[in-house]
Amino acid sequence: MEERGSGMEINKYQAEDSVNNNIIMTTVDKMLDFCRSNSLWPVTFGLACCAIEMMAAGGARYDLSRFGFEVFRPSPRQADLMIVAGTVTDKMAPLVKRLYDQMPEPKYVIAMGSCAISGGAFVDSYSVLRGVDKIIPVDVFIPGCPPRPEALIDGFLKLRDKLRGQKAQEVKKDA
Amino acid sequence: MLNTSELLERLNKDFDGSLALTEDSQAVSVNKVEIIKLLQLLKEKHGFEMLLDITSAEYNDRLEVVYHLMNLENAGVLRVKTGLSKQSPSVASSIPVWKAADVMEREIFDLMGIVFEGHGNLKRILCPEDFEGHPLRKDFKPDIIERF
Repeated sequence: MEERGSGMEINKYQAEDSVNNNIIMTTVDKMLDFCRSNSLWPVTFGLACCAIEMMAAGGARYDLSRFGFEVFRPSPRQADLMIVAGTVTDKMAPLVKRLYDQMPEPKYVIAMGSCAISGGAFVDSYSVLRGVDKIIPVDVFIPGCPPRPEALIDGFLKLRDKLRGQKAQEVKKDA
Repeated sequence: MLNTSELLERLNKDFDGSLALTEDSQAVSVNKVEIIKLLQLLKEKHGFEMLLDITSAEYNDRLEVVYHLMNLENAGVLRVKTGLSKQSPSVASSIPVWKAADVMEREIFDLMGIVFEGHGNLKRILCPEDFEGHPLRKDFKPDIIERF
């Protein structure tokens, strides 16, 4: 380092120290993933009783906003997460697909409850889709009938870990 | 509570004694060709102004359409039943008497396959439009072929 005035002078070791303490080295991708994982905006979309638990999770008692997930958007264009909360009927399925297609990339899906996972209690019915993963790709499955708000929050956190680039295997191990 | 046997006596004056009570004596049973005449009479002369519901049931030998009527003066509720053949179940639409019958008849057509003649807009209301069969009939087998 070139000498200028006596007051400005720092040596090499001091410079390294100051870099390590004040500058975080990362990639733009990782930075964006980190930001995104802390502000997932779900689309306001409930199909059955699971939606009641989802509303409870959004309310003050369970307080989803602690993690930055509470901004339920009324339009799929503004959302990057779809919580399929409830029974998907054959008649509703094309509309679920359309809403998903209208969301901008990158987008994620949580299948909440037995019905969204596999059809649940209505698996033998004439009118119910046997699992929402037949029409849209699902990132996180939350079992339960309905899952408690804690379970939904846990699902959100699993998705957050997934976005931060943990290997899928590791996410699964935590579950 | 509504005195159905006394009501039946009054009704039978207009029907030459062709009406009868059902087994539990709570509902009036009528031949399907006279159903509209009976509903009209109940509405205009006997105070059953309100159509609460139309339902249907399947028995071993017949299908039944059940009309639930209410008298708003004394809160009496009357059921009117009419039996239909299983082969080609059809009955006259009651829309000329009550406009509210529209969606109820569509629901029964959708789920039980009963045709309401003169309805005008008799298409599926709950199932998807390309659905095949009538799911609440006892001989219905759910289609296990995935639609998606």
